[in-house]
Amino acid sequence: MASRLTTDEVAHIAELARLDLSPAEREMFAQQLTDILAYAATVQQADTASVADAATAEPRNARLRESSGGHAGTSERRNPGGPELWRHDTPVPGLARDEVLAEAPDGVRDAGLFRVPKVL
Amino acid sequence: MDTRAASAILVRDAIRRGDLTAEAVVSDALARIAEANPRLNAFITVDADRALTAARARDRQPRKDGALHGVPIAIKDTICVRGMRTTAGSRILGDYRPPYDATVIERLEAAGAVVIGKTNCDEFAMGSSTEHSAFSPARNPWDETRTPGGSSGGSAVSVAAGLTPIALGSDTGGSVRQPAALCGVVGARPTYGRVSRYGLIAFASSLDQIGPFGRTVADTALVQDVIGGPDPHDATCTATASESCISGLDAGVRGLRIGVPRRLLEEGVERGVLASFESSVQALAAQGAEIDTIDLPHSRYAIPVYYLVATAEASSNLARYDGVRYGLRAAGASTVGEMYARTRSAGFGAEVKRRLMLGTYALSAGYYDAFYVKAQQVRTLIRKDFERALEHRHAVAVPTSPTPAFRLGERTADPLQMYLSDVFTVGPSLAGLPSISVPIESLPAPGGTGEGRLPIGLQLTGRAWDDATVYRIAAALERAQPRADPV
Repeated sequence: MASRLTTDEVAHIAELARLDLSPAEREMFAQQLTDILAYAATVQQADTASVADAATAEPRNARLRESSGGHAGTSERRNPGGPELWRHDTPVPGLARDEVLAEAPDGVRDAGLFRVPKVL
Repeated sequence: MDTRAASAILVRDAIRRGDLTAEAVVSDALARIAEANPRLNAFITVDADRALTAARARDRQPRKDGALHGVPIAIKDTICVRGMRTTAGSRILGDYRPPYDATVIERLEAAGAVVIGKTNCDEFAMGSSTEHSAFSPARNPWDETRTPGGSSGGSAVSVAAGLTPIALGSDTGGSVRQPAALCGVVGARPTYGRVSRYGLIAFASSLDQIGPFGRTVADTALVQDVIGGPDPHDATCTATASESCISGLDAGVRGLRIGVPRRLLEEGVERGVLASFESSVQALAAQGAEIDTIDLPHSRYAIPVYYLVATAEASSNLARYDGVRYGLRAAGASTVGEMYARTRSAGFGAEVKRRLMLGTYALSAGYYDAFYVKAQQVRTLIRKDFERALEHRHAVAVPTSPTPAFRLGERTADPLQMYLSDVFTVGPSLAGLPSISVPIESLPAPGGTGEGRLPIGLQLTGRAWDDATVYRIAAALERAQPRADPV
């Protein structure tokens, strides 16, 4: 982690992030990302043996998974001692399609589609 | 009544009594904004017609019992208001007008508030100074050569300069609390899950929370009560019966226990900030709070953890800006992949690109375990530090920011230096806890165009879901300070 990111590595990350960078940007980001990552890497010094399986934002989410027992719930399921975790699967209207398409760079209202350049 | 200096509650009550009309209040706000915005750049969009139409509708209502009836409010431009241009401080959304209102907007309008416009912010909420806005920085009304903080700088400025009495911002790593401190107003971050994120343009989904700004603790508490509560549109917003934040404000602090992590304050905090902080802590003790020293042993990891977790989540959340469904689409691409890359490169600023790459790296094959998973584990350690401290205490107190407002351009050359502005605010964000910044004794400032003083804030962090107690302590602190008038 201590060695400087190469501009090739930066180009690779940029590709993953769907960003086009100029050579000057690649240089600049190589230096800045190296510095930031070196600082961020200090997390490796922390002793996380006691929290090896804890990678969620807050304990409530862990309780959610435990009490639901992994079942794809029916709408009537109520978890003992806890709040109802499942909502009724009732369709409701979504956003107004025309309003959404009006914001599109190239929307096709009749077909309800977003037109884009060819995929392949 | 001088509506510039009046609190939201006073304005609302005056409208209810018939001493003022909502239309007059909103007109005054619009006039003040028209005068000040060219200098302060607090607002990206102001919709005067819409605001006046809404104000007149409020005046025609026979029942004026909305908690914020007729009160003008400024909304950070990361929050969707139907039909009103929303930019997230970026070029990549072009002239996007959301086809829906954020839940918080629906609730504010149902309570009678009038949305005046959208405030300036760092692009996609990524920043601590509003200098990363694609629409030029906002300026601190206390000294226009200084930043108002960020990312919710424009909202903090609107309240500090008396443009609107209240505002909404969003706080991921401190973006409500830090600008509140730097602008001398109250700013709060609710317990994670208390306020719906539906309609908040996502930055880091496990950290983002919409939070209120006000010049008084009571106004801020009132806004939080209005906007909070369960929302079926947001699966992370599950606030089970949460106590009102405004109802217990006058209960005082006798017998409440507050911890101060003194070791963290030994280095890096400006002397004047520390002195003002200590004197405020003494003021709380004088009112009957029990103060002691605590330890938060994993604090030094808070910023590195934040800049791994938040950027990783951002890299996923910002994947949607691709030129397909809304906003900017770069011309001339012959394949969709080219379109994505050209659109994003043209539409995102440097700070956003930097964070997206950081996040992408942290999640990439070969680095995922060492960076992202490790950071999430350390996050749990940080959360447990707070839980341990708060087990037998009601709050943790620190200065909100180690320094007062810094000058425009002072920290932009070194991204890491800018990130260190958040040293006291990121911990509570990572732990999902309620946290509020209250203005305390300001510092004398060299030169500047304000009154020659720079504000600072004290940050109180409480137990999960115990926002009410945090507000209660904040109110006690407020009573010990001189009144905060607009600059």
